[in-house]
Amino acid sequence: MSLLEIEKLSLTIGDTPILRDVELSVAPGEVMGLVGESGSGKSITALTVMRLLPWAARASGRVAFDGIDILAASEDQMCALRGDDIGMVFQEPMTALNPVKTIGEQVAEGIRWHTRASRADAEDRARKMLDRVGLPSAQFPLSRYPHELSGGQRQRVVIAIACALKPKLLIADEPTTALDVVLQAQILDLLRDLVAENRMGLLLISHDLAVVTEMAGRITILRHGEVMEAGDTARTLSEQLHPYTRQLAQASMHVPARARTHEVGQDHPQRQAANPLLQVAKPLLQVDSVTRDYPGRRKSLLKRVAPIRAVDDVSFSIDPRQSVALVGRSGCGKSTLARMVLALDGPTSGTIRFRGEVITGNSEAELKPARRDMQVVFQDPYGSFDPRQKVEKLVAEPLHVLEKRPTTAERREMVAKALHEVGLSPRDMDKYPHEFSGGQRQRLSIARAIITRPKLVVADEPVSALDVSIRAQILDLFAELNQKLGVAYLFITHDLTVARAITDQVMIMHDGKIVERGRTSAVLDHPQSEAAKALVAAAPDLHRAIARRLQEQG
Amino acid sequence: MTAYLLKRLAIALITLVLASMVVFAVLEIIPGDPARLMLGMNASADQVELLRNQMGLNAPVALRYLHWAGGLLSLDFGRSYTYSVPVIDLVRERIVVSLPLALIALALSTIIAIPVGLFSAGRHGRAGDTIAMGAAQLGVAVPNFWFALMLIYLFAVWLRLVPAGGFPGWSAGVWPALKSLVLPAIALALPQAAILARVTRSALIEVLNEDYIRTARAKGLPYRAVLWRHALRNAMIPVLTILGLQFAFLLAGTIIIENVFYLPGLGRLMFQAITQRDLIVVESVVMLLVAAVIAVNLLVDLSYAVVDPRLRSRQ
Repeated sequence: MSLLEIEKLSLTIGDTPILRDVELSVAPGEVMGLVGESGSGKSITALTVMRLLPWAARASGRVAFDGIDILAASEDQMCALRGDDIGMVFQEPMTALNPVKTIGEQVAEGIRWHTRASRADAEDRARKMLDRVGLPSAQFPLSRYPHELSGGQRQRVVIAIACALKPKLLIADEPTTALDVVLQAQILDLLRDLVAENRMGLLLISHDLAVVTEMAGRITILRHGEVMEAGDTARTLSEQLHPYTRQLAQASMHVPARARTHEVGQDHPQRQAANPLLQVAKPLLQVDSVTRDYPGRRKSLLKRVAPIRAVDDVSFSIDPRQSVALVGRSGCGKSTLARMVLALDGPTSGTIRFRGEVITGNSEAELKPARRDMQVVFQDPYGSFDPRQKVEKLVAEPLHVLEKRPTTAERREMVAKALHEVGLSPRDMDKYPHEFSGGQRQRLSIARAIITRPKLVVADEPVSALDVSIRAQILDLFAELNQKLGVAYLFITHDLTVARAITDQVMIMHDGKIVERGRTSAVLDHPQSEAAKALVAAAPDLHRAIARRLQEQG
Repeated sequence: MTAYLLKRLAIALITLVLASMVVFAVLEIIPGDPARLMLGMNASADQVELLRNQMGLNAPVALRYLHWAGGLLSLDFGRSYTYSVPVIDLVRERIVVSLPLALIALALSTIIAIPVGLFSAGRHGRAGDTIAMGAAQLGVAVPNFWFALMLIYLFAVWLRLVPAGGFPGWSAGVWPALKSLVLPAIALALPQAAILARVTRSALIEVLNEDYIRTARAKGLPYRAVLWRHALRNAMIPVLTILGLQFAFLLAGTIIIENVFYLPGLGRLMFQAITQRDLIVVESVVMLLVAAVIAVNLLVDLSYAVVDPRLRSRQ
């Protein structure tokens, strides 16, 4: 018998249809993967089961949990189910915990509420649960506050809250999307163990096919609020009978077509020697023994504290037209390094040369020519634009670093050209950012980055917030611009598939140091350092996951 | 935490010193010679000059400032020009009226505002919210002296529950004294409560959109429990900020309200001192009020740290 049974679930918010005839079931001890792109209705499906919908939502059909009709249940009945029989884990661990309450209070609260246990008993159980999710009492006493924990640790607390009362069903909505691959693997392992221990049903929601394939025996693929295909994970993804399933699977493994002509540099000394032209070509960016310290946290007024070394004696160079990935776990110092390359932050020691000139320690005025040739694309296509300005102004932003201020007509022409280059229409110039989808917005940020014809673009996780099919298109665009405009890239990412798809060289960063560098395929296929090995081992891979599932099933 | 405390304390002290300089300077610039005022228009120039010397008005400005500021520190505020008694005595008499009045008003406004804010935020966009916020809008718009007159008419003249004005003194007993402070306190508190209720509501509504509210709901807590246990404390920072800022307005309001209700408080003392050019009283009372405002805001800063653990661990 199924634990959760959703039949013909349709849902509207106001007049907008969100879900249509969704069918889904989860059995005890089963992991059901719910996959879809943003806006497909995955999260709304989960919130319907929890009955935590926006008040304007109207649902019809049948949702039965353990024999209870969820859609008809009273609010009191739902409160009794939530947190006791059904637990939920959310995507964003950084904001999922109340910042003013200790983790002990937050885990114990649900226990006390549902079991009427005394404070001491509830705290005792909370302690055991935190131990179980890998937060031992020596380092993580109940009195810790969320801000004292990292993202992965906070997600463990959220899981402890959701699983504290051994729910029959756990709903995990993109539980690892905000975490780096190593943490992702750890959290997925934890969820797998909890399912096995308690015969808990798990509804795992994700946009990442590889993650779902590793975890779920059955899969439901959702698009625009409708189920496209559902069934055994390995069979569904290997046969790819439904065109949308095929599209999703191909997009997740997409590698842009690139002519690999830029592999000059350290790897090919003999070629460099043979070609006198290449020999005189200076590196575009040269980073020499750069270190960045941050002041440590002061424990007492009198004691001096040791600084925290975010970047530790890092040296590397990037040649013109070269595409380099900087890969590492969150907190390894890669963003700090990128800020220094962009001259947004100064190193504690060491020098950075751009086009042969030292840029460290320069004033803003002296930096202007360098800024022109160096642009940036950020991760979040929603947060990086002022919502009250038109596209023309937003894309034209970097033009103030040009030597000669362009006239209005020139400016419009340059914006039109940049928009055209990223695959948008010059007519889009007079629109506002909210009129664009996430993928289109990322195209806007790329247009903004290339408008000054830079030699180097630093891209900080430029596709991690995008859906797989959009991600494939944006990666293609990066590849095309690399070819067409000859721009070099420094890609900061924790996603090895992105690194593999778009870069010639990869640098692995760990604890502020670059521990490995080489040709991307070589490093990712045969990692040498411990850090690189850990990253490669933890990275979900769709091919591998399908193969493993098929093998298990015989 | 200690560093945070010390920094806040230092800032408060510097503000106090700067404020004292401004107060002293402004009253120096204002035209009107206190010596001439005390002696009357018929006094001769020699007499005035003699008194100016006696009062120390001819000394250099810096010296007079230091003398005055030093006096403040030892609670020697000088002598009133008009009453010819030490200012500290006048203040001591009046503060026992004004301080309870301000505290009652502050407590009232908080007690009214926070439940109204919770009520409104919990019914965001529905009829109850609209009505409560409409009433709050009215409370912001109505001038407190007019409101005070309406209160007097209703409760003192018509219902005869409380006196219409005056203060019997604490020696007449706690209850009669409190009774005569009730109406002025309400008149002071309601406009403040209206603003505070709006701030509480908007802070709560913002907090209710946070992810951790959803986490709390997913635990099985009913909406009301989430509002009280999780939302309210997170919404307290903006509420406390406004509360601190409002305290200054509350003190300014006492000047008007004490006049409406014939309360022998600091506000009325200051009002009279201004009309009589009794500069030394004005200076002293203003400094006292400034010190009170700064002290309240220091308390607000400290309460941030109590509310938000992130402030405690920051340097």
